[in-house]
Amino acid sequence: MSPTLHSIVAFVQAWWVELLCALLIVLVVPLIAGYIVLVERKVMADMQARLGPMRVGPHGLLQPIADALKLLIKEDLIPDNADQFIFWLAPVLSMTAALTSMGAVAFGPWFQVARDINIGLLFVVGVSALGPLGIVLGGWASNNHYSIIGALRSTAQLISYETTAGFALVSGFLLAGTLKVRTIVENQRNDHAWYIFLAPVGFFIYLIASIAETNRAPFDLPEAESELVAGYMTEYSGFRWSLYFLAEYANMIVVASVGTTLFLGGWLRPFPNVHWLGWLDAAPALLFAAVGAYCVFRAGKQPARVQSLFMWALAFACFVVAAIFALASPFSHLPLEKMHDGLYGAFWFLLKDSAYIYIFMWLRFTLPRFRFDQLMRLGWHILVPLALINVVDVSIALALSSEFGVNRWLAMVVTTAATLGAAMLLVRWNDKYSAAASAALLTDSSVAENSHAG
Amino acid sequence: MLDSVIFYFFASIAVVSAALMVTRRNAIHSAVFLITTLLATAGIFLQLRAEFLFSSQIILYVGGIMVLFIFVIMLVRLDVPLPQIRSRLQKWIALFVALAVGVEAGVVLLLARKVPGQGLLIPNPAPANQLHPNTEELARSLFGSYLLPFEIASVLLLVAMVGAVVMAKNRTGAP
Repeated sequence: MSPTLHSIVAFVQAWWVELLCALLIVLVVPLIAGYIVLVERKVMADMQARLGPMRVGPHGLLQPIADALKLLIKEDLIPDNADQFIFWLAPVLSMTAALTSMGAVAFGPWFQVARDINIGLLFVVGVSALGPLGIVLGGWASNNHYSIIGALRSTAQLISYETTAGFALVSGFLLAGTLKVRTIVENQRNDHAWYIFLAPVGFFIYLIASIAETNRAPFDLPEAESELVAGYMTEYSGFRWSLYFLAEYANMIVVASVGTTLFLGGWLRPFPNVHWLGWLDAAPALLFAAVGAYCVFRAGKQPARVQSLFMWALAFACFVVAAIFALASPFSHLPLEKMHDGLYGAFWFLLKDSAYIYIFMWLRFTLPRFRFDQLMRLGWHILVPLALINVVDVSIALALSSEFGVNRWLAMVVTTAATLGAAMLLVRWNDKYSAAASAALLTDSSVAENSHAG
Repeated sequence: MLDSVIFYFFASIAVVSAALMVTRRNAIHSAVFLITTLLATAGIFLQLRAEFLFSSQIILYVGGIMVLFIFVIMLVRLDVPLPQIRSRLQKWIALFVALAVGVEAGVVLLLARKVPGQGLLIPNPAPANQLHPNTEELARSLFGSYLLPFEIASVLLLVAMVGAVVMAKNRTGAP
């Protein structure tokens, strides 16, 4: 065997788990993104008292696959005056950034591609900072006014809110004392608290900033349909468009995973140290069994025979998954420790991720879009100072509890109250200032108009 | 074996795209190739297990500064060449600077080879699993041995920031 081949074989032998995880991410994330779209449409329909997609498959369950097929066979248009090379590069860049940043996310105790990278979450944040570049370049390359306005808006917005998100993450990093993903999660087990309870303000700032970073309503100014057609992706069609679309949803998963890992206990079961809550380990199996039973119940009520067959198949799949969870659960007393850790870790992690993404959808269908000046004012006048104050307050709480022996929860409550007080002052000052500023602007423009008329 | 393959992969990307960056006529294309160079350098940092440098390179240069570069390029008309750029002297200045940098790099490499362990090349690197976490190491040296220069640099940045705020300040409120 030649030395080159030998070293490749050795490489694969040493890293096969990581390679498998990477392959799984690349293959499964687009599918998950498609289904997030379906869930989003269903949630929207529910909030607007409609049914949502119901035609393709039972309850519209095959809609994402139909959409993907449609996008694949659509005509791929490139405008004549577009910059061909950058037009091609931009969506690829966005998608690559989104998928690569998922490499350091730990979906379970062992489901992680870059396992002993010691910057952990910083890798995720850093690589996903490449995404905006794809948006800016795509908007510029399209050679279209709507696109370039969308691109400029998105740059300004992402730079502003990345600062905020960074400072919000710092408050979590201070509590964890490390950047390593695994150690962050293990420390939340050892500290007997998710960090959302120790730094609640930090979590909410990160939540807002992460919605802004993924360009979602109420911060979806870069692609505001009613103003800019589709913003930076106006000229994109077919598969290129779907790459942008996938990148957006993959980015949602990334920011949700960062939030989950740092503030919501990662792959840990709720209350991992409380012994009498051990029955929570039965939840995954029971949940899947319940979904399977519901599928059996609905199977008889489907309008077409194919659809009820599909429901039966779905029910069977759910029961199989439930059986696997039951086998791997600690109640079965089988020697499946590693399988238990992986499966249950992934279950709780994805459950928390879904809850986080559900908040995104909930806000999208509840709040109207910001105006651009409001967006900038919220970012720079309120969130950035508040995030800075929060970092200082969390450090004070840490110093009080570790150096001066004050009760951890007391220190946390006092400093959180201080942060919230500062937030109220900030909002009040900002209201006063902005009222004065807009009054000045009004009188100014009226003076200018009068002088012009005179 | 694999290490050198990865190194030469990133290094060749960095060099080729640096050359392309200089030769492109379109400013946005130049920016894209500069980004590629920066990314390839970040890849070499990652291979050397300087992970913190990798992420700060990407967050600061690629995510921050380059996005601002493109922002500016998109807003400025570049099809009108500025007259002062077409100076005759420029070619000679560029040649001189390039030669100076080349000589400097050569001297440093020669010296480093003569005094092993004192120059740039580290003869016996620590095995990968015994390295200290470099985020902590960087923080220790920044806030320990190099505290004063670090603080001076932060004051400099603060001055620049205050200056930017003053220049951008809206003066319509003044009578």
